[in-house]
Amino acid sequence: MHLSRDTMRHVHGWLLLTPAAVLLVSFTHYPTIATVINSFFSKGNSVRPSRFIGIDNYQAMTQDPIFWKVLVNNMWFAVGTIPTSIALAIIMALLVNRAMPGRSFVRMAYFTPTILPMIAVANIWLFFYSPDIGLIDQITSWFGISGHNWLGDPDTVLSAIIVMTVWKEAGFFMIFYLAALQHIPPELGEAAKLEGASRWYYFRRVLFPLLMPTSLFVLINAVLNSFKLVDHLFVLTKGGPDNASNLLLYYIFENAFSYFDTNYAATLTVVLLGLLAIMALAQFFVLDRRIHYR
Amino acid sequence: MTRPAHTTRSYTEILEYIGAWVLALLWIAPLLYAFWAAFHPSEYSTNFDLLAPLTLDNFREALSQAPFLRYGINTFLLVTMLLAAQMVVGTLAAYAFARFQFFGSNVAFGLVLVQLMITPEILIVENYSTLAKLGFVDTITGIGLPYMASAFGIFLLRQAFKSTPKELEDAARLEGCGMFGILMRVYVPLARPTYLAFGLVSISHHWNNFLWPLVITNSVETRPLTVGLGIFGAPESGVDWSIVSAATLLSVAPLLIAFLLFQRQFVQSFMYAGIK
Repeated sequence: MHLSRDTMRHVHGWLLLTPAAVLLVSFTHYPTIATVINSFFSKGNSVRPSRFIGIDNYQAMTQDPIFWKVLVNNMWFAVGTIPTSIALAIIMALLVNRAMPGRSFVRMAYFTPTILPMIAVANIWLFFYSPDIGLIDQITSWFGISGHNWLGDPDTVLSAIIVMTVWKEAGFFMIFYLAALQHIPPELGEAAKLEGASRWYYFRRVLFPLLMPTSLFVLINAVLNSFKLVDHLFVLTKGGPDNASNLLLYYIFENAFSYFDTNYAATLTVVLLGLLAIMALAQFFVLDRRIHYR
Repeated sequence: MTRPAHTTRSYTEILEYIGAWVLALLWIAPLLYAFWAAFHPSEYSTNFDLLAPLTLDNFREALSQAPFLRYGINTFLLVTMLLAAQMVVGTLAAYAFARFQFFGSNVAFGLVLVQLMITPEILIVENYSTLAKLGFVDTITGIGLPYMASAFGIFLLRQAFKSTPKELEDAARLEGCGMFGILMRVYVPLARPTYLAFGLVSISHHWNNFLWPLVITNSVETRPLTVGLGIFGAPESGVDWSIVSAATLLSVAPLLIAFLLFQRQFVQSFMYAGIK
């Protein structure tokens, strides 16, 4: 009797999990493994079927200048967006974390870009960046500065995209800092004031360390986003000019759906999966530390 | 001694208010600009004349050039169907993880969490070929399928179910509730805030999702708003800025209005979902 009830628990548990398990295996675990396997096969066509070629795709990848280009771009994109948007997020959270005139409007303004789709954001910013007729060039022309093709110039295109992404993300990160600030007892600030500590000192020595777990959480999310977010490229640049703004996931898309080389796309995806695995490990240790804090 | 310190404090405070407001205006400006361009004739798109005539022509023009209404219906169907599926699948799985210490549950939970890192957009190539084999290319179900089991939803609901007092379950059992009765009468009602938070995050995520829907759809009947807008706004199509702005506002309007109406719930849901 007791035993059969125990057995039923296992059966019920697995039955309840079945729909989720089937979906997750089909669309997460199986494709992950299939991607790795496909990266060892050649691109097939109607005459010559795909065959096992070992690490040839990986060798081709290391010889592919565009691969290195998109990887370096991804790195600059991360370096350009993450520290700035985190710093802005902290500033925004500190600004709206107390009574001030129009606080709800200010907070709404910071947060609004978060709920806009990246495609819509790119449509709006495309106009800001267009040469001569665009808003930025119109404004600079009042000061006698001549127009610039922000998205057409390989030297400025990535920076232009970085500025837009910071605008899009800072408000999203802000809410995590707001949540964290609400858990910091106000007595700490009062004590610091009584001790005569300057506000900067209080921030640097008290608030910032207390916000560290949030910063690590936000940091990991921001790094993930920098690899997953490529929607804007479809509207703004298509990765151009000359791959100056191309990112890894967009290059995967191009290989799979424009050049129809799914095996090379799989090889590139393995690199992306590897990068994500490194971040997963980082997060594991970070979350571990986060628990120790409490 | 304290008095001058107090006045300098309030000066810096005023400066900070001004700073906060300047930043807020800067942050809202791109959206305000889209409103300006959409509601004025195109010759005013960079000419900020407050007396410029207002018009709805840009919206009319956008609607006549692309079936945004149809795209809107597609997005609505997608988001509703997906949320319903995520809730059902997630509730069952979370119930299993929270209250059934079944064989292999820890390993299975670890495997579920893999999806937090490897999200479906990274696996577009393989998922496309799977859906092609299953015959789901260019269907709204096809857009939704890879997201129907949400690790994030399972995780949030499991947390909520775990924090439900066990005594309530025992009481319900004494009342004669079975396994599903307990789930529906005890766990689900008590997890309402979690459902709300997950629902809002899921709706805004999938309303805005672009890459996977772009890959899997290729007709007006299935394309969601983001994909329709992406095609519409592509520079090579050479449409006028005011019309693109109108189309952009049409695409974001439902979510934006919902956000403005339920601002507090949105912000709290994102906060809640992020902290867990």
